[in-house]
Amino acid sequence: MASLSLSFPLYSALDLSERRRQPPAARGLRSGSCPIFAVNREVLIPLEKPIGYTGADPYKISSTSDPLMAGELFGGHQSPSVNPRVTWEGCSVLLDINDGDRLVFARLSPAANLKIGDKKCSLRPLIGCPFGSQFRVEMGPNGPYLERCIHRPTLAANDMAVREKGNEQVESESKDNRALVDNNTAQSLSCEDIDAMRRDGATGNEIVEALIANSSTFGMKTVFSQEKYKRKKQKKYAPKVLLRRPFTRSICEAYFKKYPTRIGFLRIDALSLLLSLANISAYSDVLLVDMVGGLLTGAVAERLGGTGYICNTYFGGTSYPLDIARIFNFSSEFDSRIVQAPFSFLCSAENHDEEDRKLHESDQSSGIQSITKKDSLTKCDTSTGSTLVQEEQPLQNDNSSLDEELGNTKETLSSGHEGLHENNASINYKSVNPRKQASSDAIKMWREKGFNSLIVAAPELEVDDIVKKLLPLLSYSAPFAIYHQYLQPLATCMHTLQTSKMAIGLQISEPWLREYQVLPSRSHPQMQMSGFGGYILSGTRICNNSEACNGNQ
Amino acid sequence: MPSLSDGGSVLCFETKERSSSFRGAEGFGEREREIEGFCGIVLKFVIVSMLTIDPSKKNSFQRCIEDGDLVIVYERHDNMKAVKVKKGSELQNRFGVFKHSDWIGKPLGSKVLSNKGGFVYILAPTPELWTCVLSHRTQILYIADISFVISYLEIIPGCLVLESGTGSGSLTTSLARAVAPSGHVHTFDFHEQRAGLARDDFERNGLGSLVTVAVRDIQGEGFPDEFQGTVDSVFLDLPQPWLAIPSAGRMLKQDGVLCSFSPCIEQVQRSCEVLRSDFTDIRTFEVLLRTYEIQEGWIQSATEGNESYRITTHTRRKRQCISSEGNGENTEKASVTSTVMVRPSQEARGHTGYLTFARLICH
Repeated sequence: MASLSLSFPLYSALDLSERRRQPPAARGLRSGSCPIFAVNREVLIPLEKPIGYTGADPYKISSTSDPLMAGELFGGHQSPSVNPRVTWEGCSVLLDINDGDRLVFARLSPAANLKIGDKKCSLRPLIGCPFGSQFRVEMGPNGPYLERCIHRPTLAANDMAVREKGNEQVESESKDNRALVDNNTAQSLSCEDIDAMRRDGATGNEIVEALIANSSTFGMKTVFSQEKYKRKKQKKYAPKVLLRRPFTRSICEAYFKKYPTRIGFLRIDALSLLLSLANISAYSDVLLVDMVGGLLTGAVAERLGGTGYICNTYFGGTSYPLDIARIFNFSSEFDSRIVQAPFSFLCSAENHDEEDRKLHESDQSSGIQSITKKDSLTKCDTSTGSTLVQEEQPLQNDNSSLDEELGNTKETLSSGHEGLHENNASINYKSVNPRKQASSDAIKMWREKGFNSLIVAAPELEVDDIVKKLLPLLSYSAPFAIYHQYLQPLATCMHTLQTSKMAIGLQISEPWLREYQVLPSRSHPQMQMSGFGGYILSGTRICNNSEACNGNQ
Repeated sequence: MPSLSDGGSVLCFETKERSSSFRGAEGFGEREREIEGFCGIVLKFVIVSMLTIDPSKKNSFQRCIEDGDLVIVYERHDNMKAVKVKKGSELQNRFGVFKHSDWIGKPLGSKVLSNKGGFVYILAPTPELWTCVLSHRTQILYIADISFVISYLEIIPGCLVLESGTGSGSLTTSLARAVAPSGHVHTFDFHEQRAGLARDDFERNGLGSLVTVAVRDIQGEGFPDEFQGTVDSVFLDLPQPWLAIPSAGRMLKQDGVLCSFSPCIEQVQRSCEVLRSDFTDIRTFEVLLRTYEIQEGWIQSATEGNESYRITTHTRRKRQCISSEGNGENTEKASVTSTVMVRPSQEARGHTGYLTFARLICH
């Protein structure tokens, strides 16, 4: 995979300040062939934000349908790929520490740090590495650092050995725990001994080996518990960091594991079902009510791949937070496909321009909107006639960082984070800003043509009323899917739709997901499973208007 | 419940094609090909595609049923049929005879009437509906597994995906939707006739540009070398997946994801043993769907007079259809309220298969 690493020098070799001075056309490789995207890109990623800028670049190129471009950057693969498999500066990543013990979302920059145990490591070595790479914390002369495990992880080899030994053991011998007495004398190596080893520069693995050699009970354990012991010690003395792509799958799983309430207990299998049942596909115009923190918006945008539109609608004066959507590595063209509109705009006739202005004014009075942003937006309005993005509503929690610690501790990334703020590069976090108001042209078009899909994930609202209001915005024969964490609201909603004859194919379903341990002679369902992942009501909107159904006169 | 074999007498197309009976949706595929052979037109008349590959043709309020459209005729959720709209053709079912010409010009999603006043709905096809109507040439994957596989394989527009075997094309159709517009699905089946039938289905559904069907024994020969190191995701539904896993590993990009679907745990066991040499993050799941039925009924609180204390602490349920005029007799009793009640459906799918996912180790 030497060819893959070629893409990294391309970026590192360029001085950032120099890049900023180049005219836009020289940087946007595809700007000539696709003017709309190029303009959007200028608008949404301000030039003075170096980290955000480099961040967007590889993503953009890779998402072009031009196979040559993709080929150049990603090792000559002929298939155009929208998902880069190598990290870049400014890219969002999911760090999996010690096989899921801790999950941390972070943005890669030379200044960013990650604290593992009592050691603070720079994230710089992670830039330019393929997703899926493993790193181990090692001690160097300048303190702890993350070293990439280039070779196949030794654990895999161990696994093989264990498996073979295990197979033999199952058939021949049967060790058990009858001789094990827990009197805390099994380990003859003291804390001081270990500290001394560390001072002498022993690697984490060497310490683990020493611990095993000095354990009087290790030999009495079964191979499986020996392996378990080893793994436990490894976590403590040689912690591992796995670099993962922030994708719907990993983001949903991370949130479901650590903060299920923030995503309304929307489990990955339920989310997948929503996307399928609502027929989310390229070029779709999708109407969403996303009250699961932006997870749904992100998941749908990922499936649209920079085509079609997502219109997030909301009831009442304030839109719902969509922060999770910013964890995805969306390019500006993906970003430009995500807009929002209050429900009243979508259904009421013409004169929402005035309300629109009022909304805008109220935003300004709240004093969050930055000058630079306004400037760039003005530019957007004047230069792009065809874009559906009219204006941008500011993020309410501007200071919230994308770097979300999903572990037990809260200290991660502190210094790197502050560093970014000092550089005024916090805008970088907004490279995906899902809070642009839909233009009146877009709203008009949707009112005439209807949306192609509807997904409602409002796990705490009474959905009956919402669905009754939203369904008329959906074009005939378009599918919809409603998520809820409680069954009864969906039952009521289904009954309403049945009696009002607005939809057919109505079905309430509940996904059930069980994970298995698969090991030689020891396969069984896992002891722990998620008992609940939410309910879904799905169906298809029909044309029940007798005039319309009697043909198009 | 009306069985699908009701469709034996359905005339989807002109009767001159062949009057022998076809079983349910199967008839669609076969007869369709005959028409093509008969008229000598090679699939150029496909107007509606299952996917909006051409944005100008996407569904909207203005989109009406046209001659040549592929539509889904919906009787009820467990009885649907794929039909190609053709002027002069008729559809016959237990509700009567439906003239295709009556449908043309109406919006998709319309209710259409038969000569006897019966009705069906005409829907635009989606991969989910297609899964309900396609002809089962093999055991197929259903929506719970399909949707989970697409998410877990991290398939998004632009991805290059390999699949084996093609089977009836249920999953393939959803894979095509996920990689559209710029990606591609290469699907392989060792059964020449099945591969041909699947290819015809994809062409007819407008997926020809997204799916390539090839005849190949993946267990014996592995995937073609041309894909080496270029593939985002691989899906295996084979009797002995462990034979194909080494080849799948060579096709995948670093960190690419593989999924193997097997009904039996013994197959999973052997697959996992092979996976451990080149893959990491190996996880096996079972995904099922529980569906619910709703019913409007009456919850009647027991009165002190005629019930013991033990029973009065619970509400007694009496199932009644809202349409029945039973309201009157209940009004004498205290506090009778109408409510929508919900319970799991009686019949459920207990097992489909185990889904094993694994990620190619990054070197």
